[in-house]
Amino acid sequence: MLIKTRARLIWLAFLIAMLAPMIAAAFSPLLAWRDSIYIIAGFAGIFAMALLLTQPLLIGGYLPSISQRKNRQFHKWFGALLVVMVLIHVVFLWFTSPPDVIDVLLFRSPTPFSLWGVIAMWALFLMGLMAAIRKKIRLPRYIWQRAHLGLAVITVIGSVGHAMLIEGTMETITKTVLCVFVIAATAKVISDRIKLKR
Amino acid sequence: MPKISLTRRSLLAASGAVAATSLSGLTVPARAAGLEPTKSMRGGANNYLSGAPIVERIGGGGFWMSGTVRRAGDGAPLAGQRIQIWAHTTEGYESDWESHGATLTDQNGVYRLEMPQIVPAFGQAHGHLAYDSGDFETVFLRPVMKSSKDTSLEANFVLKSV
Repeated sequence: MLIKTRARLIWLAFLIAMLAPMIAAAFSPLLAWRDSIYIIAGFAGIFAMALLLTQPLLIGGYLPSISQRKNRQFHKWFGALLVVMVLIHVVFLWFTSPPDVIDVLLFRSPTPFSLWGVIAMWALFLMGLMAAIRKKIRLPRYIWQRAHLGLAVITVIGSVGHAMLIEGTMETITKTVLCVFVIAATAKVISDRIKLKR
Repeated sequence: MPKISLTRRSLLAASGAVAATSLSGLTVPARAAGLEPTKSMRGGANNYLSGAPIVERIGGGGFWMSGTVRRAGDGAPLAGQRIQIWAHTTEGYESDWESHGATLTDQNGVYRLEMPQIVPAFGQAHGHLAYDSGDFETVFLRPVMKSSKDTSLEANFVLKSV
């Protein structure tokens, strides 16, 4: 009974942390002055942040009553979805204001948060590329695991810095909670890995 | 006649003094040149459209963009200078023609233009300003608002003759 309650609470906390930012952002008064393309760009970014939370939780097996096989499967699918969301985020922002996005991609933007975002994006794309070709190029498992975790940490830190410094897309409290969860889940994966090695 | 003793210590002290003098010498001409010209800000020219008309106000107004325009060097106020302004506001995008307008500085080198409320865009509530009339070097500014609830924003120009 107690175990069931705990499992339910974990799922509840996970779903709230994931969905609350989107719901809160949907009530932003700023949406009135943005057109649909800009809004989609913003929400793709928020959804990507939420997906970022699922990744360490799945691979660490922290979500109750999902088998290890399913965890890995979902981790892969959500990883691919994360890449798609970031692509939508960037491309739709580009439709909204091409010069601003070009500045960001060329590392000459006046906004510091865009630098965090673009670093996180390249780390994510590199992870996606490695995941796609690692079997083909017969990447040794230990290299893959280390590279993937290293790039994942860069993606997490970059994305959290990116989101926290931005004004106008996410609601502050739900954003902060989601970011804390993402960092905590990632830290837990790392600490579990270290324990496993010992 | 006092004897000059050239020890290692005195040589070091002397060369140190010479270095200090030459370093301070570098700063003196800069001070003589006076007010430095304003440099264009990164991203300042984004979504710029040339030839924005001089207007009483942009759209419905409610927000004030203001500042001064002075000459580099002596800091003299520059009257009659055309400053162009655009931003993402409650009434439109930076790239919309209706979001753009221009105004002239008064005899004190002060400009002031009413425009719609600026709202955060691309992560920051910010405005864009341009001086590009040709008498002085072109300057593009991109000031950021301290709070997105502010109802005014200031940006000052120090222009250098071409």
